[in-house]
Amino acid sequence: MIFSLLGEALQAMAANRLRTFLTALGITIGVGAVVLMVAIGEGTQKRVTDSIASMGSNLLIVRSGSTTRGGVRGGHGEAPTLTAMDAEAITQLSGAALVSPLVTGIVQAIYGPNNWSTQAVGTNADYLKIRDWKVVDGRDFSDSEIVGGIRVAILGKEVARQLFSDEDPIGKSIRIKQSPFKIIGLLAEKGQGLDGRDQDDVIIVPLTIAQRQLFGTQFVGTVSFIMVQASSAETMLSLQHSIEQLLRQRHHLSQRADDDFTVMNMTEVTNTASEITGMLSLLLGAIASISLFVGGIGIMNIMMVSVTERTREIGIRMALGAKRADILLQFLLESVIITVSGGIVGIVLGIILAVWATHLFDVWVLISALPVLLAFGVSVAVGIFFGLYPARKASLLHPIEALRYQG
Amino acid sequence: MTEVLSLHDLCKEYETDAGPVPALTSLQLAIGEGEFVAVMGPSGSGKSTLMNILGCLDIPTSGTYMLNGRDVSTLDENELARVRSQVIGFVFQGFNLLPRISLTANVALPLVYQRIGRHERLNRASAMLKRVGLSDKLHSLPPRISGGQQQRVAIARALVTDPRLILADEPTGNLDSTTGKEILQLFQSINSESGITIIVVTHDIHVASYASRLIYLVDGTIRYDGPVGEFSEEGAA
Repeated sequence: MIFSLLGEALQAMAANRLRTFLTALGITIGVGAVVLMVAIGEGTQKRVTDSIASMGSNLLIVRSGSTTRGGVRGGHGEAPTLTAMDAEAITQLSGAALVSPLVTGIVQAIYGPNNWSTQAVGTNADYLKIRDWKVVDGRDFSDSEIVGGIRVAILGKEVARQLFSDEDPIGKSIRIKQSPFKIIGLLAEKGQGLDGRDQDDVIIVPLTIAQRQLFGTQFVGTVSFIMVQASSAETMLSLQHSIEQLLRQRHHLSQRADDDFTVMNMTEVTNTASEITGMLSLLLGAIASISLFVGGIGIMNIMMVSVTERTREIGIRMALGAKRADILLQFLLESVIITVSGGIVGIVLGIILAVWATHLFDVWVLISALPVLLAFGVSVAVGIFFGLYPARKASLLHPIEALRYQG
Repeated sequence: MTEVLSLHDLCKEYETDAGPVPALTSLQLAIGEGEFVAVMGPSGSGKSTLMNILGCLDIPTSGTYMLNGRDVSTLDENELARVRSQVIGFVFQGFNLLPRISLTANVALPLVYQRIGRHERLNRASAMLKRVGLSDKLHSLPPRISGGQQQRVAIARALVTDPRLILADEPTGNLDSTTGKEILQLFQSINSESGITIIVVTHDIHVASYASRLIYLVDGTIRYDGPVGEFSEEGAA
């Protein structure tokens, strides 16, 4: 029965192709917009959480406080309050799995005729473990190299490309600040970081040699920040507190004095960021839903016109034996077919636009099954919801009145 | 002679603001199988009301309407729709074909509501179009053919369900006299070949003359019921 009524609905739609197409277009645009917007929202969310995660898991970052010189306050990390000794002390705390003090700065690296300005990171052997960063070629630092301050370096992909192009850099020497550094390893590619900087544009050297030769400061032994990896997610909070207590003690801060450092809990940062970007997805989806709703109203509008226009047809069908339910079902099927076909095209269109957007603009998209299925379900629901009233109106016509209608 | 339909004390009143207005009063009528009956009467005599009740498009206020051995005066809308679908075929003055679908699809339409499969629907529809002499126009659209041809399609549509009763409301009202004559001859041949009961409502005595029995209504009551040949409009009025 539903098949013959389906045939009747299709016949009626085919008889009014342009109108059917335009009505479906409203749903196509609505569903397409929802799919596209949710894909952008989710893509951004994944992008942000991924880049925070790429810094390392269960991560605490200790940064030195700000300085005040004659009323001018510097930012975090300005004051030379953190030292490698602080990092050493944190290692002793329970719950601290890996501890890595860092000094960073911009250096000019030279190999043969090539030179390249890049970020140098002076650190210890834990750094690559915390960041879960593999040495794909060559080897990691040995303990003696870290402690002894040997001039060795591990290169990021981008630096290797710029200085060596096709040449194998392992075993070669580059010059930084007039000193030769021997290349012992090459890092895996990591891509763009949270701040938009290329993470592969980096040279990693032992902490001691970096402090002594690359970034000689007046405060010997200070570091820019310390990365601490907790042994588990559960211990992060207690570890954060013990680091704060330890450093206040070590820095001889009185009860009333402010911390001269900050401890950032990266898990919290991840959660906050994912909350914000999740909100963004929701907002984008909600805005797109408005167009879907407008499309639904369009369906209802057209179906109302269609019912009035086809009053006599409805009367004829009733005289020929159609029950009220047959008429209701026929009109309902028409609106559902319009929304479902419009919805399917909209999903395809949304996915195409999403993929296209990644190529054209600097956006990230993530197309997952759930929002696509949801958009499809919503378009069916829109068809039923907005089609029901006109269909009911059609089915409640009186056959004699309908037959008499002059349209 | 088997009885197809009978009316007993059938009344129909319409509710208006000024109170109920009677349209049909205490009709007594029996029509047998294979009869060709014309219903005549001046405007407002209750012809259309009688037609709607006979066609199960409306229900009487009181009295009984036996159709095909069943009292249909108390049926609900769904049951009336089933009776229309299975027992009655309609032919209208304005043809009432669906303009955007083919002749075959138009003729097959009543079978949709009998839940008959598509293949059989189309076969029966094209066979019926052949019977009314339109086998070369199966895929034409109604507006592309003449009025007489459209009425033939409408007759094919009324016949396709193999009904016991065909109700025709001014079937020649929109046609010229020559075409009208052809349509009435078609009714006659259907009546004599298939033995289907035909009731034609008309105001035209020439149309009525094709029938064998005439019922003349005035003010909702039957003034004459007998052979067409013995009827005179002056005597009935």
